[in-house]
Amino acid sequence: MDLQVVDLGVARGGLPILEGVSFTLETGRVLVLRGPNGIGKTTLLRTVAGLQPALQGRISLDPEAVAYAAHADGLKSTLTVRENLVFWAQVYGTSDIAPALAAFQLATLIDRPAQNLSAGQKRRLGLARLLVTNRPLWVLDEPTVSLDMAAVAMFADAVQAHCAAGGAALIATHIDLGLQSDTLDLGPFKAKAPLQDDFDEAFL
Amino acid sequence: MIALLIRDLRLAIRTGGGFGLGLAFFLIIAVLVPFGVGPDSVILGRIAPGILWVGALLSCLLSLDRIFALDFEDGSLDLLATAPIPLEGLVGVKAISHWLTTGLPLTLAAPVLGVLLSLPEAAYLWLILSLLIGTPALSFIGAFGASLTVGLKRGGLLLSLLVLPLYVPTLIFGAETIRRGAEGLSTSTPLIMLGAITLGTLAILPFASAAAIRVNLR
Repeated sequence: MDLQVVDLGVARGGLPILEGVSFTLETGRVLVLRGPNGIGKTTLLRTVAGLQPALQGRISLDPEAVAYAAHADGLKSTLTVRENLVFWAQVYGTSDIAPALAAFQLATLIDRPAQNLSAGQKRRLGLARLLVTNRPLWVLDEPTVSLDMAAVAMFADAVQAHCAAGGAALIATHIDLGLQSDTLDLGPFKAKAPLQDDFDEAFL
Repeated sequence: MIALLIRDLRLAIRTGGGFGLGLAFFLIIAVLVPFGVGPDSVILGRIAPGILWVGALLSCLLSLDRIFALDFEDGSLDLLATAPIPLEGLVGVKAISHWLTTGLPLTLAAPVLGVLLSLPEAAYLWLILSLLIGTPALSFIGAFGASLTVGLKRGGLLLSLLVLPLYVPTLIFGAETIRRGAEGLSTSTPLIMLGAITLGTLAILPFASAAAIRVNLR
């Protein structure tokens, strides 16, 4: 399971923001994306996750290999921690939520409705969802927002264990996770080309 | 997909899930109309089929914008779009769960409200039958409208305007079925048309909705 991105260009709201991005992510590795706000980290990750089409270039990846985690955790506030996790496990065709609960220390919160969790606890639950997806490539957008130091360490351990088990992770983050990782600065790939005059785009 | 259906039904009956909203609205319409029109059972009996169908249609409309908006706001829709569920299946499940929480309760409550509106006795069977056959179309058309407006804040107005004209054929044939049933005429033509509309929406709209969602998620 290698992710290969060649000469990728992405657009947000019809405006090209990144072009010529190339990188390779091999099994067992972590690639951290860096760059100032608005450079296109989220858009790049959404493109890799298959949520939006690339403007140009090529992404070689099995779309069934990606587990995506965005700014929003996708939790249902009236469901309990267990119900939220079991739902995602069923969606991905797995059933065992115990390792996910253990990795993010959620076992004591298991019967609490998600609306009664703190922001950090919600984030931990959102990240625990990755473990029940059983997918090799984690595509994570600012995963450590509202996590405290201990929880960041939990997250780093989870990523490390995932990579050791034959996975890989593509992470956009501003903080140092203390992981063995490669770094890609998106600054130099900022799109210079003017807006494409694509008539059809206005109707899509 | 079964898991998704169970989750949606569970969310609907929990606090703030909106189950019963449509039903309560339907009840209010059916209770208020006799007050407004007067107690003349001949007039009431004549307008009852139309009132019941308009009421059912508006009750459905009331909860449409929740079909995808809630999942969009909390990020679930992004995650579901990357999950191993085809988007077409997702739309189908969403529409079915909307029907189970709105259309089906309406169908079951309609005979009781028919009494309030002095619906002729011969029409009850056709009332239930037409709602049972027609309301799934309301949910599927509604899911299509909801997927078109999914990224918009306060898209409810646009959604209503988009969906209402698409609801008209269902309304016409639904009410016509009951009216003919009440007068003892043959109901097969409007009923067949109603069934055809429902089957058509079931077959086509999940694909159209999935395409709309894909565009809206970009």
